[in-house]
Amino acid sequence: MTGERSGADAGREVGTYAGLGDWTPESLAVPGEVRPVVSAPHPVLSRAGGEVDPTAGETVRLAADLVATMRVSPGCVGLAAPQIGVGARVFAVDVTGHPKAVTVHGTFVLCNARVVEATRWKPGREGCMSVPDLTGDVKRASRLVVEGDLPGTGEAVRLVTDGFEARALQHEIDHCAGLLFLDRVAGAHAVYQRKVYL
Amino acid sequence: MNELAITVIGRDRPGIVADVAEVLARLGANLTDSTMTRLRGHFAMTLICTGPATAEVEAALAPLAAEGQLLATVRAVTPDGEVPPAGEPYVMAVHGSDRMGIVAAMTRVLVDAGGNVTDLSTRLAGSLYVVLAEVELPPGVADTLTDRLHRTATELGVEVTLRPADPDLL
Repeated sequence: MTGERSGADAGREVGTYAGLGDWTPESLAVPGEVRPVVSAPHPVLSRAGGEVDPTAGETVRLAADLVATMRVSPGCVGLAAPQIGVGARVFAVDVTGHPKAVTVHGTFVLCNARVVEATRWKPGREGCMSVPDLTGDVKRASRLVVEGDLPGTGEAVRLVTDGFEARALQHEIDHCAGLLFLDRVAGAHAVYQRKVYL
Repeated sequence: MNELAITVIGRDRPGIVADVAEVLARLGANLTDSTMTRLRGHFAMTLICTGPATAEVEAALAPLAAEGQLLATVRAVTPDGEVPPAGEPYVMAVHGSDRMGIVAAMTRVLVDAGGNVTDLSTRLAGSLYVVLAEVELPPGVADTLTDRLHRTATELGVEVTLRPADPDLL
């Protein structure tokens, strides 16, 4: 996902830090490779990704590649495996420093993530590196509980978050299910030609 | 009271909306519903107004079209009043590789299920084609319709989702 700086998403709710422990991308202990990002209408973006073994070497390398690719992409606050051509339920998120973020868990990667609680739905504008020319208004939960596995250790985590980080997580979990923000836009006039590249 | 349907289409430049609205205001026309957008850079405006006679408005808009950059049409329409909604509001989103006939095929499936498209936009961004349609559906048809839409989308090699429209959104 890429961050859009217009639209209302001023969640002031306080999230709680839960579950990441001392995990950082450095715990993956492999160098990430910057991979090319695929754009719609590439078929991999419309297929549900497969469940992964979070402790497998290929999952750890995929996680490192996602972080590396996200970090070199301006404005990118999240990147899912299908976006680098891999049909797997793995994604990286980092909303650090984003003006609309409230709770921030830093850079993290989740495998096999699922939404377990979603409340306080709010509209907001989203962009996507795989849909580079368009943005859209999408309603997302602004309070969110997500469960998944950390790559490497395979440790199960439960993240409680809100606001912009919650939006980014839902956007990436959608990617892993073969969905784009275009599948959730609010109406016939809720998609816009992108004017500003962040 | 005359009700007129007016379209203005052509090369975009700053001031077309102001020019058209000024002409209509001068004639005492009351602008009711209108939309204006740019379609692939072309200016496109459609509006309904009430008041003056067709010929009067045509003559007043003629100077705008005189340079050959704009096309304005004026047509008298019968005031039908509001059409009651045909059912429940849904949003259909279609995206995929651009090809001929996507809108035709997908909207035909909607119509065959008793649906009525109330708003539509399409965008071509690179090779990605996006169709968004707001549609009113008779109660109880959404599930069968979703299956039919998926079948047609698969034939076309595109993706489709049909979701209930959220009335309190935005």
